[in-house]
Amino acid sequence: MAQDWKSFEPLLIPDIPNLEKIDVYEENGGYDALKEILNDQETWSRKSVVEEVKQANIRGRGGAGFNAGLKWSFMPDPDGGPRYLACNGDESEPGTFKDRKIFEYNPHLFIEGALIASYAMTVDTIYVYIRGEYLSWVEMLQDAVDDAYEKGYLGDDILGTDVSIDMELTYGAGAYICGEETAMLESLEGKRGYPRTKPPFPAQNGLWGRPTTINNIETLANVPLVINNGADWYGDIGAEEHPGPVLYGISGHVNRPGVYEYPTGVPVMDLINDVAGGIRGGKDLKAIIPGGSSTPPLRADQLDGVTMNSDSLKDVGSMMGTAGMVVMDEDTDMVEVLWRIAHFYSHESCGQCTPCRDGTGWLEKVLKKIKDGEGEMKDLDLLLDIGNQMEGRTICALADAAVWPVRHTINRFRDEFEERCKKSVHAVA
Amino acid sequence: MADLSFTEEELEEIERLKDKFPTAKAATLRVLWLAQNKYGHVKDEVQRLVAETLDLPKAHVHGVARFYTQYYKEEKGKFVLDVCTCLSCQLCGGYDILHHLEDELDIEAGETTDDGMFTINEVECLGACGYAPMLQVTNGVYVNNLTKEKVDKLIKNLRNGNMPEFESMAMPELEKRNQAASE
Repeated sequence: MAQDWKSFEPLLIPDIPNLEKIDVYEENGGYDALKEILNDQETWSRKSVVEEVKQANIRGRGGAGFNAGLKWSFMPDPDGGPRYLACNGDESEPGTFKDRKIFEYNPHLFIEGALIASYAMTVDTIYVYIRGEYLSWVEMLQDAVDDAYEKGYLGDDILGTDVSIDMELTYGAGAYICGEETAMLESLEGKRGYPRTKPPFPAQNGLWGRPTTINNIETLANVPLVINNGADWYGDIGAEEHPGPVLYGISGHVNRPGVYEYPTGVPVMDLINDVAGGIRGGKDLKAIIPGGSSTPPLRADQLDGVTMNSDSLKDVGSMMGTAGMVVMDEDTDMVEVLWRIAHFYSHESCGQCTPCRDGTGWLEKVLKKIKDGEGEMKDLDLLLDIGNQMEGRTICALADAAVWPVRHTINRFRDEFEERCKKSVHAVA
Repeated sequence: MADLSFTEEELEEIERLKDKFPTAKAATLRVLWLAQNKYGHVKDEVQRLVAETLDLPKAHVHGVARFYTQYYKEEKGKFVLDVCTCLSCQLCGGYDILHHLEDELDIEAGETTDDGMFTINEVECLGACGYAPMLQVTNGVYVNNLTKEKVDKLIKNLRNGNMPEFESMAMPELEKRNQAASE
């Protein structure tokens, strides 16, 4: 399968001019999946839609990789009160810049997917939360939503059925943490983006205390593909355990950075060399960060035969994350890179939990000391020790996300870090 | 500053924003945005206006305004240049761009020029990693694939009151295929 990727025709963002316009989307089979479901609710009961999506095994594209249909199935039975779908377009993990492509090039695919998800879960209101910096893309999506309302795909009695679903767009104001699903709910409620303790999980107690499911934008854009073509068809795309098309964001020291759509499971080296045009300036590859800044970096010598799917990356000690791959050439200073990542997490810690608020600050300070040539060998162990005291001791995963790159960058590039440190002074008896 | 208030039109817009959500509180972020677009900042007195308009505690609005980096808690220059230096931008020369701007405008990151035209900020990832280095102009348009020359041109244009236009960063593989088809 991995060899077939070159002949793959994009599904999420196919090469159709003006596809962002609703007429063009419709002419190309757009909203057919929604029509099929709503016009034949006997075949497509809400439960059978959940089952189909569960069977397709769409793994969440926001970073966690959880089966989307399974997530949907956690929603309790309707009790007549409001139920929500919260769509996560916060996209703030360094290295990640893919969802904005859907807003720009194929917004209706996402809208259709969100509508199908809402039908399946008996949701009446969809909130789309987009990062505040993406104002240009908020406007694009708003245009698409307005058109969908006008055509009767959104609002009351959709397509003449008794199904009514609304979609509201809103945006943040600059806070990475709001990409964490419960922080996003807090922000949607008009508050500081402080993650919530789980349980209760959002399916039980989400927006305004009501059942809520949170899905990533790209995840929802996969849903119409499954309905139109079936779970088996979808399961045959890409890596078996992590199927489907993926928007790979490739950045850093490559000749052709950008967002590319291919199936899961493309060999990492093919993505770098064939897709992104190789390393700039003909240099050698030093390392990659496979899926956003929190995923552990991998040395070039670890990449032999590694493909972009969660299992293959796990085998070599990393993760798929958001598939936002950052490529680094031979001249990259890993100490500088790690310090900058630590600076990011320190800046973005919401401050709620002490191990994270203080820990991310210390990671940054100690790394700055090393970067400036003032560090000592024992500081490397101090960094690992701080990390051990942060991981798993906080409400959300931001602390973990800050620790993983520190631990793995030091372990995998230990020589480089030791070289920057002064020798420790040891007491000799 | 004189007493602040929203116009009838703005109050109508605020009602529309409140209608998006089941609670008035949920509109806090949006109304802070509206206020910042009007006044250019959300300093204390603007926060108070937002709190009174939404009938919420001032402390709540203050807490929200402080939490999110895009709200200006102090007055900024006419154009705020948010230069990304995070990860991919760092790798692709984001700091060179930041320092070049600092030299050209003779201020440091976080400062505003004496004429009140420009503020420079060093910011975290803006989600344009493939088009690094880049910056955002006053919470609006992204300017991508920066070079020193492109920065100089941007400054010159902004001084003349010309905002940069939205740059659509095409999907490279689509571009490639379209090229192949047209040949």
